[in-house]
Amino acid sequence: MTDQFPVLIIIIPLIFAVITPLLGWWRENLCYPWVILSLALCMLCSIFVLGRVIDTGVVIHYYLGSWAPPWGIELVIDHLNALMLVIISTTALIVAVYSKRSITQEIDGSIVYFYTVFLLQVTGFLGIVITGDMFNLYVFLEITSLTGYALIAAGEDGAPFASFRYMIMGTIGACFYLLGVGYLYIVTGSLNIADLARLLPDLYGSRVILVAFAFFFVGIAIKMALFPLHTWLPDAYTKAPSAASALIAPLMTKVAVYVMLRIMFTVFNPSLSIEILPVTDIMVWLGIAAIVAGAVMALAQTDFKRMCCYIVVAEIGYMVGGTGIANSVAIKGVILHILNDAIMTLGMFVVAGIVYYQTKGHNLTDFRDLFKKMPYTMAAFVVTALSIIGVPPTCGFFSKWYLIQGAIISNCWAFVAALLLSSLINIILFFRIFEIGYGFHETHGHGHGHETVLISEAPMSMLIPTIITAIGIMLIGIYNQPILNNIIQFAVPKL
Amino acid sequence: MLDFIIGKYNYWIYIILMMIGFYAMIGKKNLVKKIIGMNIFQTAIILFYISTAYKKGGATLPIIVHAHGHSGHTSHAIEASSYINPLPHVLMLTAIVVMVATLGVALAIVLKIYRRYNTLEEDEILKAIK
Repeated sequence: MTDQFPVLIIIIPLIFAVITPLLGWWRENLCYPWVILSLALCMLCSIFVLGRVIDTGVVIHYYLGSWAPPWGIELVIDHLNALMLVIISTTALIVAVYSKRSITQEIDGSIVYFYTVFLLQVTGFLGIVITGDMFNLYVFLEITSLTGYALIAAGEDGAPFASFRYMIMGTIGACFYLLGVGYLYIVTGSLNIADLARLLPDLYGSRVILVAFAFFFVGIAIKMALFPLHTWLPDAYTKAPSAASALIAPLMTKVAVYVMLRIMFTVFNPSLSIEILPVTDIMVWLGIAAIVAGAVMALAQTDFKRMCCYIVVAEIGYMVGGTGIANSVAIKGVILHILNDAIMTLGMFVVAGIVYYQTKGHNLTDFRDLFKKMPYTMAAFVVTALSIIGVPPTCGFFSKWYLIQGAIISNCWAFVAALLLSSLINIILFFRIFEIGYGFHETHGHGHGHETVLISEAPMSMLIPTIITAIGIMLIGIYNQPILNNIIQFAVPKL
Repeated sequence: MLDFIIGKYNYWIYIILMMIGFYAMIGKKNLVKKIIGMNIFQTAIILFYISTAYKKGGATLPIIVHAHGHSGHTSHAIEASSYINPLPHVLMLTAIVVMVATLGVALAIVLKIYRRYNTLEEDEILKAIK
């Protein structure tokens, strides 16, 4: 039974997603526990698989339908994807618990279809991470993207148009990825990642390989919203329903970063992007550009969710730049930052969802006096904000620490400067909100009569996931050493 | 040079189709035209994959005639060069499914946009949003 856990991780949400509409047709209120059940099972499976990978230290291979690779599709789980699986399934479970109240308020029409698409999207995320086959990865990438477009389009006014733009960009990205797979297939005749890694080093002189690499890089850069290609992200995530943006914002970009790491360091040999092509140098500068642009544009926003979106753009810059530095310390920082950023972004967007649920807005001015009115939510918000700034006991500090350390080892001083600049801007961003939240501008607010609206603490089903996220941020920060020593250390490619 | 263009004409067509699709996705203002461009773009990729599967010199479909016949075992050795590679075709079947799903989602979203703004022109929608 336990041998089947790798495939169960993706089969469970898929089967449950198919059954959800049938169940909802019969009893609509059963959908919510049903989704929770499926994601809890999925999380248990992925935690078990992670445990096994840590215990045995062996890469798990699962042959779908017992077809041996390179002909069949295999699922491969090493330290990096085991960690990613746990991140994805845990985040999905937290968001699912959280989603109950917010979607009944925000989505007109049935919640049944929302949950169906929700589960399908989680299937896509898990599939991208778990698969060991390039084309299979494309299919899962498209499952994720299509469900993402649907979820975003269900949002507030203007969401369908934002989703449409995202779809145009996203389809170009996915098609570029597919072309990259095609070029690799021409020269190697294989789609299996391990097989490709074996066959490709002899062909690094070939121009086909370079074209394939370029297509992969641009395609994935669109999917992860790397700076000049980020234009779809702020609109889409701002206008999506709170629960959808809490699911997509932490995971979609992080999964794309994972795919980038896989392609650069597993499919291709690290030497290709470090020595043969000057990719890593370009990546450092792209990362710096993304960090600076993201931070500056975040400063210009008056909408809280939109500000968080630009912070995500800056965080993508951290990870791409860190990958570009390409020494083991920086890569360690990148992988730790995938974990940290997923949970920090989750924290931001669940808070944004609660504020939207209670005040019907997500402008910065909607935070007025919220510290008095919903102390627990705001406590979680402060923890998340401190983590994004990078204050020590929270997790955000440690990944930045490793990134900066890696940058110093490689003498990338511009990257260090960009990271510090973005941290400073984050301080301004969040202390501005704290100021509004504590109501220091009381005199301006009274004249309009907004104060009569009573805002109380969020409902339990939304508050508990938020608190758990905040506690998670603290715990990951405190226990970062065990995580690094047991998991991430083995996930770092040999450079 | 001419041989280079004519000899690989299918790849040139793939590039031209892809650029037409790309232009339509980026340059056109009408949302349905963008979707049509997206479809042309994806179809170009299908042409590319199918082209890679093709082999010159009378290669045929990979259907092995009389494989289970009574004419002995030795005659069934498969010579890869005489058959077209079936795998890209199979991959493209999957890609077609993805295309159809994308088209479905795209049209559903466009329908939602049309109901809200009563137009499909991008600039008019942007004006309505602001």
